Amino acid sequence: MDGFKEMLLLLVGSSLVSNVVLSQFLGLCPFLGVSRKIKTAAGMGTAVIFVITLASFVAGVLYKLILVPLNITYLQTIVFILVIAALVQFVEMFLKKMIPSLYQALGVYLPLITTNCAVLGVAVSNVQKNYGVLKGVVNGFGTAVGFTIAIVILAGIREKMEYTEVPGPFKGMPIVLLTAGLMAIAFWGFSGLL
Amino acid sequence: MKQISERLYNGIIKENPTFVLTLGMCPTLAVTTSAMNGLGMGLTTCAVLALSNLFISLLRKVIPDKVRIPAFIVIVASFVTMVQLLLEAYLPALNQSLGIYIPLIVVNCIILGRAESYAYHNPPIPSLFDGLGMGLGFTGALTILGIFREFIGSGTFFGNRVFPEEYGVTIFVLAPGAFFVLAALVAVQNYIKAKMEAKGKDTSKIGSGCGMNCMGCPEAKGCSKAEKKAEPEEKAEEKPEIITEAESKAKAEEKAEVKAENKKSEEPKPEVNEEAKAEPVEEAKDESEAESKEDTKEEKKPSSSNSQSINKKKNKGKRRK
Repeated sequence: MDGFKEMLLLLVGSSLVSNVVLSQFLGLCPFLGVSRKIKTAAGMGTAVIFVITLASFVAGVLYKLILVPLNITYLQTIVFILVIAALVQFVEMFLKKMIPSLYQALGVYLPLITTNCAVLGVAVSNVQKNYGVLKGVVNGFGTAVGFTIAIVILAGIREKMEYTEVPGPFKGMPIVLLTAGLMAIAFWGFSGLL
Repeated sequence: MKQISERLYNGIIKENPTFVLTLGMCPTLAVTTSAMNGLGMGLTTCAVLALSNLFISLLRKVIPDKVRIPAFIVIVASFVTMVQLLLEAYLPALNQSLGIYIPLIVVNCIILGRAESYAYHNPPIPSLFDGLGMGLGFTGALTILGIFREFIGSGTFFGNRVFPEEYGVTIFVLAPGAFFVLAALVAVQNYIKAKMEAKGKDTSKIGSGCGMNCMGCPEAKGCSKAEKKAEPEEKAEEKPEIITEAESKAKAEEKAEVKAENKKSEEPKPEVNEEAKAEPVEEAKDESEAESKEDTKEEKKPSSSNSQSINKKKNKGKRRK
């Protein structure tokens, strides 16, 4: 029971309290780039959940079974980035072959995810915080869910914003950044949760 | 010699990665809570950038074209690891405050971008200085942002107190402040761009990295395409590289290309690709709009705060749902 409670806290903490985009600034690029429509934002979010959860599992296992026993933990950055890149590639191929319907839904977003620094960020922070494999996966899942929540909300706001009159220089990126800033303030409120 | 100084000038001012190309925004926002952090992060990135540029350039004849991106990544990651170990040993405090963002230098768009678009095609010495120039430009930009945020946020300058203890808009040191400062910055840049355009100067380079952000983002394709159109001669050689760079950084170069075609043929797949295609048009539209509406905008400016508050309301409304 204690373990369950701990996991739940970890989940809430990683998804809401220290939201990956709004308080850690990881994965900003897709956050700003793919948030024009709710539908695509949700697609991107799903793909991110999928990849991050898998990547944190694989990275955790590799770290524990290979890097630590061989005493080469200093190679973690190199190993993780290559593993993530290969993993994304592999997942893409696998989905294309085995589950075409899921591939249809996520396919476009998969190659974009390697460039998402949140994936590497989660893998590295799992190691830095000394999470085991299970905790790492939960943390990764929570982080990805947080990303999805943030990007879908931003997409919703941006859809509405299409109809508003924005002062000249603030058109485009600046107003989106301001919106993100306001969202960050709102998410800041979650820090009272834990 | 001339080439070297040209490279440095190019990196620091003409194509400043943060202010002009708007690349590598994640660390820019994350670590600029104080001027010192910004400077530290900038110099770290600069070292990695210069060294990886040098080595990629030295190895450019050895690395096969097809696996160049993995090769780049391994080279960059090795340097990042070295720098990280050095920081851990000699500057533990800085290492502590930069934390996770040091390993994340690996995925910094600027580094892979320069490797792909410059170092892979040019001899070692210019590449080294290209890296140095870009790195120093990045350092300068981070330091400036850091100075702003530190000064407004806690009233200090590089840790020296300027205003009394009681002063401080803490929010500028926290996450939201980063977004606000950057928003203001991009807005100023847009304003200058509009002014320059009115005078008939060439502005195609400003903010071209991505209508907004990171090279690694899907938009990069669209933006660099737009840029390619805008200035065909000098950049023609470089820009297509950047397009592939963005794609191949996804480690799926050929795949991504095939996919891009797929995407084009598939209607409901939009955003990513649609943006890539639509960006030039949209940008052009925006600009022409901005121009044609400039007069009305002038009048409306006082109401800007108004529209912001509307946005705020929307923001809140959204969250309630």
